[in-house]
Amino acid sequence: MSIPILKFDAVIVGAGGAGLRSAIQLSEAGLKTAVLSKVFPTRSHTVAAQGGVAASLGNSEEDHWHWHMYDTVKGSDWLGDQDAIEFMCKKANEVVVELEHYGMPFDRTDNGKIYQRPFGGHMSNFGEKPVRRSCAAADRTGHAMLHAMYQRNVKANTQFFVEWMALDLIRDSEGHVLGVTAMEMETGQIVIFHARATIFATGGAGRIYYSSTNAFINTGDGLGMAARAGIPLEDMEFWQFHPTGVAGAGVLITEGVRGEGGILRNSSKERFMERYAPNAKDLASRDVVSRAMATEIKEGRGCGVNKDYVLLDVTHLDPATIMKRLPGIREIGIQFAGVDCIKEPLPVVPTCHYQMGGIPTHYSGRVVMPQGGDMSAVVPGFYAGGECACASVHGANRLGTNSLLDLLVFGKSAGDSAVEDLKGGRAHRDLPKDAGDLALERISAIDNRKGGASVAETRLAMQRTMQDHAGVFRFGDMLKQGVTKILEVEKAARQMEIKDKSKVWNTARIEALETENLIEVAKATMISAEARKESRGAHVRDDAPDTAEFPNGRNDAEWLKHTLYFPQDNKIMYKPVNMQPLTVEAIELKTRSY
Amino acid sequence: MLREDFEKLRWRCVRRGLLEVDISLTRFLDEQFEGLTDEEQLAFVELADMEDYDVWHLISGQAECTDPRISSIVAMLRKS
Ligand SMILES: Cc1cc2nc3c(=O)[nH]c(=O)nc-3n(C[C@H](O)[C@H](O)[C@H](O)COP(=O)(O)OP(=O)(O)OC[C@H]3O[C@@H](n4cnc5c(N)ncnc54)[C@H](O)[C@@H]3O)c2cc1C
Repeated sequence: MSIPILKFDAVIVGAGGAGLRSAIQLSEAGLKTAVLSKVFPTRSHTVAAQGGVAASLGNSEEDHWHWHMYDTVKGSDWLGDQDAIEFMCKKANEVVVELEHYGMPFDRTDNGKIYQRPFGGHMSNFGEKPVRRSCAAADRTGHAMLHAMYQRNVKANTQFFVEWMALDLIRDSEGHVLGVTAMEMETGQIVIFHARATIFATGGAGRIYYSSTNAFINTGDGLGMAARAGIPLEDMEFWQFHPTGVAGAGVLITEGVRGEGGILRNSSKERFMERYAPNAKDLASRDVVSRAMATEIKEGRGCGVNKDYVLLDVTHLDPATIMKRLPGIREIGIQFAGVDCIKEPLPVVPTCHYQMGGIPTHYSGRVVMPQGGDMSAVVPGFYAGGECACASVHGANRLGTNSLLDLLVFGKSAGDSAVEDLKGGRAHRDLPKDAGDLALERISAIDNRKGGASVAETRLAMQRTMQDHAGVFRFGDMLKQGVTKILEVEKAARQMEIKDKSKVWNTARIEALETENLIEVAKATMISAEARKESRGAHVRDDAPDTAEFPNGRNDAEWLKHTLYFPQDNKIMYKPVNMQPLTVEAIELKTRSY
Repeated sequence: MLREDFEKLRWRCVRRGLLEVDISLTRFLDEQFEGLTDEEQLAFVELADMEDYDVWHLISGQAECTDPRISSIVAMLRKS
């Protein structure tokens, strides 16, 4: 069957913050640029970001990119690459000011500058005291960001393909990336986007977990496509969890609730944080609280029939305070837990929030992988930015507000690198004869199977496996079993069946394709997590505890290295962390403590 | 509603920017949509067309809607 071909200079998959930022660079350089998105751009998940974007503008008090760099390296538990981190922190002011010029309505100080507020982990003078570094637009930072950049792209003639789903990457025999195959949802038509540069900005894959703060759209399509095309995934064991997601639904309950006096309790109503953090109690840092909750649940002190959640209690607070200071929280309880928090405590669990790993990239946005003797050889024609990519600036743990910065900086640099490579004269390479076959085969397999589990059942089996075996607190035996289980889920998924065989607007088929991507990511996560025998940042193992020899369970002698997971044979390789910044001195290894 | 129109609507409910809206709209679609009159179904389509924060602020009672057709859908959504 011959597939229609659309030719562009560049094709960008994803119209969230990272994709839109890349597109501006390409379109404004006069290149013919297509942006594909599963949803209208301003419905991308970036819209959910409220906290803000980090930049050391120093508008409210003295600040410096070098301090920001220090915080980011420390936050990453030294797994972040120091060249990429320097690059990002140095570029922050530029990209935030550009955004302001695109029309982003940042909150302002009395004298008209961008207003900045403090955010966890961001400090002045190399970790001394909190600094005001986050720039926000009321509680709609991500929303405003998407609108400003979408308008800018419309002006620059970026061509949007909305409600199109990219299915697979096209690579030729020499490994060059030549574009993607994609499906228009409205017609079911499969088309090849043949490009000189292909940029992935497909966001995270938080839906691999049963409990996730991520919207349903975060299915890791970019990672799935890269993996099927033979590109490894980096540091996939590192996922940040938020302590308080509504049990069962995942909807995030802000830290502010504990800030206002909310208390965590177990099945015997005990305020258990007093045992884990006698001073900070319920206000201890995210990872400490999450781990305490996981321990209570694992040791049988969870609540409910399955004893699988704990309670967040605000019933002792004045209802007027709850309504005034925590707008929306009561309604979240009523809508998603069936609980009125004024009368009853809310069921909560540590919930998957952010993916630190992803498609391995250089800070220029070019995708890199081991080839020959080079651990980081460029994959020609391929770029990535935002949550789907791993530059790696977040290392083992991301600081809040650094991800919006990541998508601006690396979205832009991926765009700039593509412009540079294309102006350097890279032509459209011939499409391989079998271009598109993989996508067609996958669709026909899904359409023709009979007797397998449904998409919903398959996805649930995967999510349960990930939640139980590779959650916020990890256990050696559970991880081992998890590897066996996730490979069984993968096998079952090869039989996944859909009832609706229609060509147009077949959401069952789309969800089956998304689930295949999620499973690639889940496998990468489980296998990488099982293999890393230390604790570091968000990857915390019971069998790698805090000792005098290994503070926080971190073992730099053996594990100061990035994981690269190869999907074809489920093998792992490691590559060194880049400890050499671009211009300043290396930030030396230290125990991470706040 | 034609199959195609329903499936398009379904996609626009199950893939939103905010998880709150994903869950609320998907649940309503699965549990209550079929029982609505044609006019109510149209009002729901209009609601689903709005931006994520606007939908969530209506559902969570942080905003009010002046259009009675939409507010009656919101009232049903809040109960579901
Ligand atoms: C509740 C919440 C609050 C947050 N708050 C903050 C914050 O305050 N500050 C901060 O820095 N970070 C925050 N984060 C993290 C941050 O929002 C994300 O990391 C970031 O927005 C990701 O942006 P992105 O551009 O990489 O991807 P997204 O915005 O997720 O966009 C992905 C795009 O890819 C498209 N896409 C995906 N797959 C395909 C496919 N197969 N075909 C076609 N298109 C596809 C989608 O349609 C979408 O357009 C928060 C996250 C959550 C969940």
